[in-house]
Amino acid sequence: MSSGRETIIEEILEKAREVTEQAEVFQAISVATPVHFHANRLKQAETRESTVTALRIVKEGKAGFAQASGFVRPLDLVEMALEACYFEVPKGFTFPARVVCTEVDVFDPGVDEVSVEDMAELGQRLIDAVREHTPELLCDALVAKRVTSVRIVNSNGGEASYKKSYFRVGVDGMLVRGEDMLFVGDSQSSCCRLVDFMSVADEVKKQLELAKRNATIRAGLMPVVFTAYGVASCFLPSLMAAFNGKLVYDGASPLKDKMGQQVFDARFNLWDNATLPFQVRSYPFDDEGVPGQRTSLVEKGVVSNFLYDLHTAALSGSRSTGNGSRQGGLPAPHPSSVIIGEGEGNFWDMVRDMKEGLVVELVMGAEQGNVLNGDFSGNVLLGYKVESGEIVGRVKNTMISGNVYQILSQLEGIGRERRWVEGMLLTPCLYCRSLPVATKES
Amino acid sequence: MRDVIFDALKGHRADYVEVRIEESRSARITYRGGRLEEVGRTSVVGGNVRALVKGGWGFVSFNNLDGLKEKVELAVRQAWLVGKETSKLCFTGPIVDVVVPDVKKNPAQVPLAFKQQLLEEYNDIVMATPKIRSCQISYQDSERKLVFANSEGSYIEQIKLDISLRLSAVAASDGEVQQAGLSLGSPGDFTVVEGLQEKVKETALRAVRLLSAPYAKGGEYTVVLDPILAGVFVHEAFGHLSEADHVYENQRLQEIMVLGRRFGSKELNIVDGAAIPGLRGSYKYDDEGVPATKTYLMREGVLESRLHSRETAAKMGERLTGNARAVSYFYPPIVRMTNTYIEPKDVSFEDMISDIKEGIYARDWYGGTTSLEMFTFSAGEAYMIRNGKVAELLRPVVLSGNVFTTLMNIDAIGNDLEMEQGGGCGKGDQWPLPVSNGSPHIRIRRCLVGGKQ
Repeated sequence: MSSGRETIIEEILEKAREVTEQAEVFQAISVATPVHFHANRLKQAETRESTVTALRIVKEGKAGFAQASGFVRPLDLVEMALEACYFEVPKGFTFPARVVCTEVDVFDPGVDEVSVEDMAELGQRLIDAVREHTPELLCDALVAKRVTSVRIVNSNGGEASYKKSYFRVGVDGMLVRGEDMLFVGDSQSSCCRLVDFMSVADEVKKQLELAKRNATIRAGLMPVVFTAYGVASCFLPSLMAAFNGKLVYDGASPLKDKMGQQVFDARFNLWDNATLPFQVRSYPFDDEGVPGQRTSLVEKGVVSNFLYDLHTAALSGSRSTGNGSRQGGLPAPHPSSVIIGEGEGNFWDMVRDMKEGLVVELVMGAEQGNVLNGDFSGNVLLGYKVESGEIVGRVKNTMISGNVYQILSQLEGIGRERRWVEGMLLTPCLYCRSLPVATKES
Repeated sequence: MRDVIFDALKGHRADYVEVRIEESRSARITYRGGRLEEVGRTSVVGGNVRALVKGGWGFVSFNNLDGLKEKVELAVRQAWLVGKETSKLCFTGPIVDVVVPDVKKNPAQVPLAFKQQLLEEYNDIVMATPKIRSCQISYQDSERKLVFANSEGSYIEQIKLDISLRLSAVAASDGEVQQAGLSLGSPGDFTVVEGLQEKVKETALRAVRLLSAPYAKGGEYTVVLDPILAGVFVHEAFGHLSEADHVYENQRLQEIMVLGRRFGSKELNIVDGAAIPGLRGSYKYDDEGVPATKTYLMREGVLESRLHSRETAAKMGERLTGNARAVSYFYPPIVRMTNTYIEPKDVSFEDMISDIKEGIYARDWYGGTTSLEMFTFSAGEAYMIRNGKVAELLRPVVLSGNVFTTLMNIDAIGNDLEMEQGGGCGKGDQWPLPVSNGSPHIRIRRCLVGGKQ
């Protein structure tokens, strides 16, 4: 880090201290290089540099917040925060003093060294590998790298800084036959440089293979297996809202009064972990300088904790779980890596177990229902019909609906093998006995 | 600034180069769980350079405006790495202009304390309603000063204002949680978020009513959409498919989306246009410096044109529409919608539902999304229609369908066009982009509704 940067942060903190009781300065500097492919061809190479500086202050029991992208005079930022100084700070809210925390590996110097040419070649090889299976597939691909430096200082002597790298390789394919469109895709991301894309190519080829034919499905109740992607699209939005300490405190989470209670199937385990080496959601410190940690959310079906940042923890009389995340504003509780524990089932055994059923890969619109209540309903964008224990083809014009809490309280099975989805969720497949399927009569 | 930019553009080795500089200030206020959670001020200084060489693009975005010349060189170097064909861009001619918005009540001139008190009042109205558990309000306004210049000699300065307000009331009892929402926006008139006390109260009551409403039974129904939800429908189901960047390199999709093809009845006209004034998707020039237009995507049920950037229009040999937009300096412009709507016809709401024996009347919105062929969109509120009358309230429903059959199944178009201004459109990682959607009431035969058995 250059000394010039540190001076600016220190200067803002110094200026803020003079007029407030508490202050905190956060700065993130990143350089990202995404390389885009469109319609099977290299299309665009980008460099995106960004510097974000945020100031949070506490004055006379009220907090204020201001943020600048790019250049800002320290005094201007302080004045912006003073102008926005309105909302009450809960009792006991303090910025963390200097802490020692265990190291979390999130930086690979190799990422920065990857050239645009290398990234372009990687993307082209991935597209070629997928199109070997289906030559008429039109692919968009993205190979991207990013290096971010984060530094936080506060008026209680707290200080944290780290560097993080990110690398992603992903492909989305579209196949048009007449008016029938098929969408397939997968991606992999890591803090390390990725050179092997075969798992991505294999996943896409598997999807293409299973969706080769279209199959019709009847409306009615039937067993459903959610693949890792299916779990991400149907279950994740509700679970993340329910375990968000802020929504719990507000009373908007249905798990508000369920701490210590058996809400889920006894085989269901869920946790958040910011300390997994080289996972893209990992960090040594969260955006408030609190060390990242592993937080158990559901243990053997029993609700064991919620996710907190400093502010929500102070409101709730709880401790921050190191989940304070800035999504362009003040820190709020946000998951790091979300992990669902493995079970003992096997995906293909689940398929074989179904006389007539559905495998759900991607559901469109599931997050638009009443997420708080756990209700989801959406169009099965990619899903397969199962007949007498075998996948017979892809379903179309099909909607599924369900309630996350009902499904997860009596699961038919949990897979043994797990998969990462978009670097944020690690999950096995989940098998559920009976869900309503609606379909367009042909 | 002008001299600095033109100096940086001198002597480049690209087919085309453009520079965008942005300076913006915004305010946001958030209420959550009935309390004021955040008041924040944000300032942004940034810019980008985009270069085209042999059909390949290089793009560099930055916060530090120093060394613009080096940034142009980097973008050009990247474009050289990518480009292997020929560059095609529809020509617009150099445009030099300064655009200042027509503002009734500029949010930047309204004190933050006044905004906060107004929202506090709305928050209190919601929280005072029995069975309400929580209230979320997010308000944001911004003033963006944009400078655009390109290697063809264009230099355009624009000021863009935007206001959005989203309020949701969360009701709970017996472990059930339901919510109802209100969303509004404006391209710079603060008065649209004032005087909403009655509407806010109604929103809170609606959330409470949903607690005791039954789920819809899933299946196919004749569905009547209110203007707001029909606007979301036209945006999702047809608007995205009209964006030429999906189509211009996709031969198969071009065959499906061939101009002149019939997609709906003679009554159906669908329009998009930033040249329609006074809406959140309105502007004079897009982010490639192309003048805004009003475009008939569909006229009398027949596909007439689509939305273009300079590149897609050139590659498809079609007319420029001025639809290349970027959410900020951080991103390159891509083909986006602006103000999208179904033109009104003459059917009254009463006539529209009078011959429906069993159907669903879906109102208001949570959201919508599309895969191009299939779309889903979710209603904030739904009622059964029985024997030509609006009957019992249902839980919010999600509607889904295939674009091609659903457009054909629109068999009645109302006389009551309304524009919804609270939405933000997402495409790729660019979100939320100010747009507006609208429609009169419409009726769709055989629409798939998700729900219980």
